[in-house]
Amino acid sequence: MARMKFLCDAERCIECNGCVTACKNENEVPWGVNRRRVVTINDGVVGAEKSISVACMHCSDAPCMAVCPVDCFYRTDDGVVLHDKDLCIGCGYCFYACPFGAPQFPQAGAFGLRGKMDKCTFCAGGPEPDRSDAEFRKYGRNRLAEGKLPACAEMCSTKALLGGDGDVIADIYRERVLRRGRGADLWGWSSAYGVKPGAQPPVQQPAPTRGKS
Amino acid sequence: MRLALRLALLLAAVLALVACSEKEQVAEFKRGKYQGKPDNQSWANDPLPAEFRGGTWAKGDRTAWEEQIKKRQLAQHEYRRIYQ
Repeated sequence: MARMKFLCDAERCIECNGCVTACKNENEVPWGVNRRRVVTINDGVVGAEKSISVACMHCSDAPCMAVCPVDCFYRTDDGVVLHDKDLCIGCGYCFYACPFGAPQFPQAGAFGLRGKMDKCTFCAGGPEPDRSDAEFRKYGRNRLAEGKLPACAEMCSTKALLGGDGDVIADIYRERVLRRGRGADLWGWSSAYGVKPGAQPPVQQPAPTRGKS
Repeated sequence: MRLALRLALLLAAVLALVACSEKEQVAEFKRGKYQGKPDNQSWANDPLPAEFRGGTWAKGDRTAWEEQIKKRQLAQHEYRRIYQ
């Protein structure tokens, strides 16, 4: 069974916002709602600037699903987290729970009334019949039902943003890292937790032998 | 009387703790619904006409649909796309 995920390669993302534009265009997302956005750190610092494209990550243990008081979320067989706008009450609990700020709320009235939640659907639509006008109006295009991947990932010019089955895109990324030839510093403990480059790894103690010597 | 009070307290505690339980997040498709919400499975659709490059699979054929999606996934792998 596929488990759909996004993976963004910070070494490749050039902050072109092509993914944001592709999402907006494909799903005709209303003004003020950004299902996907590009986040940049160390903006303008030469050599230290990194960007990643962020949207709903379709978590395997989704906090939005856990906190929703009306239980409007569901997970499909492909591991995509979707929601039913007919059930959503626009309370915003999911927004507080989501670590990525994925849930978006359209401004529904002149005084900033909060509308029903809108988020990335992995281009998989929603509860309405697949590829129907009703589904498109509420949730955007259902590309998975068309045999395609999300527009943001397929449109990414540098292929920084990968979308698809977690195993497949992890393999693509792994091969990419190996070709870069950066060695072990790109993976593992030191890159994740910031041990100084060149520091000696802890010496492994030999396992005690048992039985007769 | 005291027994009834104890039972009532126990029942109240159980009811209060029910709110602390966590909803199951595993995908389950039963009678056209995912966890009570109506939706279709992606492969339960006809593919798009050939000019839209949606691939080919028979309606309801999950394996063929997954093959089609896998092709699209591997098309993101530019090393293989270029060098093979």
